[in-house]
Amino acid sequence: MLNLNKTQSTDGIEVVQNKMRRKLALTDTAFLLTITITLFVAIYALSIVFLGDKGFNKIQMFFNLFNENAALMVIACGLSIVMITGSIDISVGGSTALICTSCIVCLNNYGFNFTTSLMLALAIGIVFGAFQGFLIAYLEMQPFIVTLAGMFLGRGLVALIEVNQIQVSNPGFEKMSGARILIPFLGDYNKRGKFIQSKLEYGVIVALLIVCIVYWVLKKTKIGRSFYAVGGNAQSALMLGINVKRTKFYAHLLCGLLAGIGGFLYLFHTRSGSVQQATGLEMDAIAASIIGGTLLTGGVGNIFGTLFGVLASGIVLLVVTAIGSQDPWWSQITRAGMLCFFIVLQSVICSRKKK
Amino acid sequence: MNGGLIIITIQDTVLTTRGIYKSFTGVKALQNVDFTLREGEIHALMGENGAGKSTLIKVLTGVYTKDAGEINIKGNDKPVTIKSPQEAQKFGISTVYQEITLCPNLTVAENLFIGRTNDLLVNWKKNNNRAATILKGLGIPASPTQQLSNCSLAVQQMVAIARAVDMDCKVLILDEPTSSLDENEVAKLFTLMRDLRDRGVGIVFVTHFLDQVYELCDKITVLRNGELVGEYQVKELPKVELVAKMMGKELGDLADLHNKALTDSDDAKEAVIEAEGLSSTSGIKPFNFTAHKGEVTGFAGLLGSGRSECVRAIFGADKVVKGKLKIKGENVTVTSPIKAMKKGVGYLSEDRKRDGIIGDLSVSDNIILALQVMKGFFRPFTKAQAQAFADEYISLLGIKTASADTPISSLSGGNQQKVILARWLLTHPEYLILDEPTRGIDIGTKVEIQKLVLKLASEGMSITFISSEIEEMLRTCSRLIVMRDLHVVGELKGDEMTQDKIMYTIAGGVSQNV
Amino acid sequence: MSKNNNKQNTDRQASLLKACTRHRLFIPIAFLAFLLLINVFINPGFLSISLGKDSGGNPVLIGNLINIINNATELVILAIGMTLVTASSRGQDISVGATVAIVGGVIMRVLCGSETQPTQLHASIIVALLLGCLAGVACGAFNGILVSKFNIQPMVATLILFTAGRSIGSMAMGGLKPKAPSSFGYYGNFFPGFPIPTPIIITIIVVAITYLILKKTNLGLYTKAVGINDKSSSLNGLNPTLIKFLTFVILGLCVGIAGFVQASRVQTVNPYTIVPSIEMDVILAVALGGNSLGGGKFNMVGSIIGAYTIQTLTSMLTTLNVNTNAVPVFKAVIIIVLVAIQTPIVKSFFSNKVKISKLTASDGKERV
Repeated sequence: MLNLNKTQSTDGIEVVQNKMRRKLALTDTAFLLTITITLFVAIYALSIVFLGDKGFNKIQMFFNLFNENAALMVIACGLSIVMITGSIDISVGGSTALICTSCIVCLNNYGFNFTTSLMLALAIGIVFGAFQGFLIAYLEMQPFIVTLAGMFLGRGLVALIEVNQIQVSNPGFEKMSGARILIPFLGDYNKRGKFIQSKLEYGVIVALLIVCIVYWVLKKTKIGRSFYAVGGNAQSALMLGINVKRTKFYAHLLCGLLAGIGGFLYLFHTRSGSVQQATGLEMDAIAASIIGGTLLTGGVGNIFGTLFGVLASGIVLLVVTAIGSQDPWWSQITRAGMLCFFIVLQSVICSRKKK
Repeated sequence: MNGGLIIITIQDTVLTTRGIYKSFTGVKALQNVDFTLREGEIHALMGENGAGKSTLIKVLTGVYTKDAGEINIKGNDKPVTIKSPQEAQKFGISTVYQEITLCPNLTVAENLFIGRTNDLLVNWKKNNNRAATILKGLGIPASPTQQLSNCSLAVQQMVAIARAVDMDCKVLILDEPTSSLDENEVAKLFTLMRDLRDRGVGIVFVTHFLDQVYELCDKITVLRNGELVGEYQVKELPKVELVAKMMGKELGDLADLHNKALTDSDDAKEAVIEAEGLSSTSGIKPFNFTAHKGEVTGFAGLLGSGRSECVRAIFGADKVVKGKLKIKGENVTVTSPIKAMKKGVGYLSEDRKRDGIIGDLSVSDNIILALQVMKGFFRPFTKAQAQAFADEYISLLGIKTASADTPISSLSGGNQQKVILARWLLTHPEYLILDEPTRGIDIGTKVEIQKLVLKLASEGMSITFISSEIEEMLRTCSRLIVMRDLHVVGELKGDEMTQDKIMYTIAGGVSQNV
Repeated sequence: MSKNNNKQNTDRQASLLKACTRHRLFIPIAFLAFLLLINVFINPGFLSISLGKDSGGNPVLIGNLINIINNATELVILAIGMTLVTASSRGQDISVGATVAIVGGVIMRVLCGSETQPTQLHASIIVALLLGCLAGVACGAFNGILVSKFNIQPMVATLILFTAGRSIGSMAMGGLKPKAPSSFGYYGNFFPGFPIPTPIIITIIVVAITYLILKKTNLGLYTKAVGINDKSSSLNGLNPTLIKFLTFVILGLCVGIAGFVQASRVQTVNPYTIVPSIEMDVILAVALGGNSLGGGKFNMVGSIIGAYTIQTLTSMLTTLNVNTNAVPVFKAVIIIVLVAIQTPIVKSFFSNKVKISKLTASDGKERV
């Protein structure tokens, strides 16, 4: 019986076609990353040229970019992990606020020190991650709803603990968080001609270390690859023998842990806590991930992209603040514009790839 | 007593199931099913849609848990319970599914090895090298570091099989693996399967293709309506009998259909569709095509030759870039399906899961959809009207469903296809395109559909019937358009319509004494 | 003989009970009833409605129930639009709070010009309403194009306006915070002499129009079809791009109306604090109503009930003197419990049915 359900193909042509497609694929992730890095470098360069007198030609500005965003870097890493698995976590702002407030209360009133407050921060983060992870992975509830509840919970608990804004008044902690790394050879001259060495917060080292660790986990460990597999096609991952539920759970747990670390870094940097603190932090983290090339649909993401996503957002914010200090609304609008650009770019690339 | 030992070699059974029961809400998928697989045997599992093949496979691979019954695997004293795909893997049962169950965003090498070890770390270099060896050994045209989504579907399928093969399984289950493979690829696969069989692996081969079963398999198990019909030796079961057992019917019907199409002469009937120099963004070269009232036309050609693309251009499913189209003598430009629909064209698409059914909607919603869209946004059918339409076609086409409000996703493939057919029949088209209407469907429904096509044609409908099984087209069509590489290369009618002549026309060579 | 009758009666009761609990509106209605019961328990006079007089001597209806229904207006209107968007585009629009701020800003600008305390309206209220709705529709169109034409996920696409919306609203008002004359306040409060709060009337009108549209047109069927399978829908003659775009525009219109009502309540708008976190409440209302956040089939009545439920909850917590900032905690717990009950796993755990495996779905992707 003649069966016409066969195709005429020669191995040779297919191999060439596949090679071409392969080239395009590699370029996609690399392409998006290149754009993000280029954008960052370009904006920074331009700001040095045009806004040098507003502080941009100072080396400290570069370091401040890291100092201000260390916490966001860590949190955005956690978010990227969760987004790679195809899920989302919008509770990180709420849990950060909770961490700050509860740690401050403990530091001020219950004799906590650096170590114990760090442990508290991690505990809060892990509890959030574990609880949400359980509901999402094992009860198969929708991530948006669960983490939305988490966000409400976090912020609400802050109000129950302490309604007003509070500051750290724990000498040991304050001393530690005030410590800076002095960068050798780099610094700026102030108005009196005195050379002031550039300062870097310890939190930045932690953040960069974590970025590297997360990169290694995603690239080299079984669990990291499972994240990508589950995000690519959860059904297939299950058939391939991956424990999808456990993988999703771990993703959220890891995000919670990183939110704990990030929250602590936030506290370390700001030394204050309030109900309204870190509002919108989750959206910043998501935006940074998207700008860095992580697809919300899952399966695709690069941690270094996220890092540059944070930096790019950061520099844009600084530029806008420097330029448009008259009208306070431009910073958000510019951020939104940047996000819009990257989102549309991602979609155009994806649709071209499909063809 | 005679001296010497009499050695009797009995093939060891590697997998048996006894009395398996499995049901879902309201549907008894498996009832008291026994299945025996021996070492070094290729065993075909066959049955119409709704027979329970898929369910049995999913029970064996831990996707579903059986309600009752025993599963025994060689090397385990007691009956086993398989709770997850991972457990099935541990028992030595490897499966390759019809839908590609790999991760498109991972590389080929990753897809070969992921989920198989308990190692915490991934050794990329080692994996890539091993993958390269495996791919080369099986002749698969892919590179280990290539992203899977950049490979063709056929290659993806082969990677899936390579993975199963590499896992040294005792039992290899292949669920319709050849649907998207060409002849070369099927041959390679069969060589591989025979090699594995010789090594002692038990292979379960689920398929619709009768020829492949007779070419490759040792035994056949037939299921029907969730129950076991029987287990047979391939050598002792003629094809005809196999078909009969699967249908539970006699086969006189098929022979009858054969001649009818040829006796209906094709007088100068009114032309319903006249396409001139039509081409679309799909890449088909400009083609001419005419369809007459009451005529059944077919498109013959290899996969990828452009058959679907031609009819899609007529329907407006692809963007038309060149050419003219006349429907019932009137010049029209079809920019989207709704235009073609309003002129009396219907299109039953090739992939019913992706393009045909609207899963969560009810059977009746699916049936009225096309007609509703034609009627317009501001004129919805009342519930009573929709119910009446649904009831009419449920009885006309014999659709097996709990009610008209059941979601269509819970129907079997054959019944889903009937619903889609009902949808287009409801629009009373003048020209109906059926693209692979019998794919993935049980033999009983296949015959019903072919009969229906002839009946509708005799009532004046013009139909285009595309099928990858040439026999079906020979039975129903009175004219065949032959295609190759996105060109129309010939047109055959009447006595010219034979398998050999078709092959030669496709090839483009001069036919020899046919 | 009587024993058989008793058995028949109990059987009938049992099957009636079963039918009720399995109905898709059961949980939303049950929960709302439960909340109302708690309220009545705490405050026996909770359900009382009385006719009183306001400061101007005009008759007004007073009562907790009236307040709840009144204050839920914006939620209900937005939930209607959000239900359609979720159904067709398989995602959520998180910009509704920010776009209400834009609408509010536009309306205030139209009514007050550049004055901070005008004594007279700079334009008629109808014009303000129309321009407000236009602004809302423009936002809806922006989101709609990103989602329907560029195939961007709704949550991602609407993240843009979420980030910029309130700032745009502030920009629309030129950084000022004007207060409109009290004649503008009738629409968010009472018309003099008419005892029923105007927002309730507006809600009734909007719900009635929605009902008519769903009944007299194919919006419902098309939205569901496109949300379930847009490829298949287009081969049936539908235009998924247009339908998705339309649902976003409808939501934009809802935002316009909601923004108008909200602005009218206090005759002033602070774009940064207007309707804080309402997007979350709206999405919750849709989910509480039994709708899948992954799109496809939808249940409009469920969403509306869900909206009133959220409002009842908020009101209840305020009555109990729970700190405004702590209200979210209770919402969080209740949401988790409610949605958890509705998941298939928990349902089957309670009813001892065979777990229906999710692996029969043809698409392996899970939606956020």
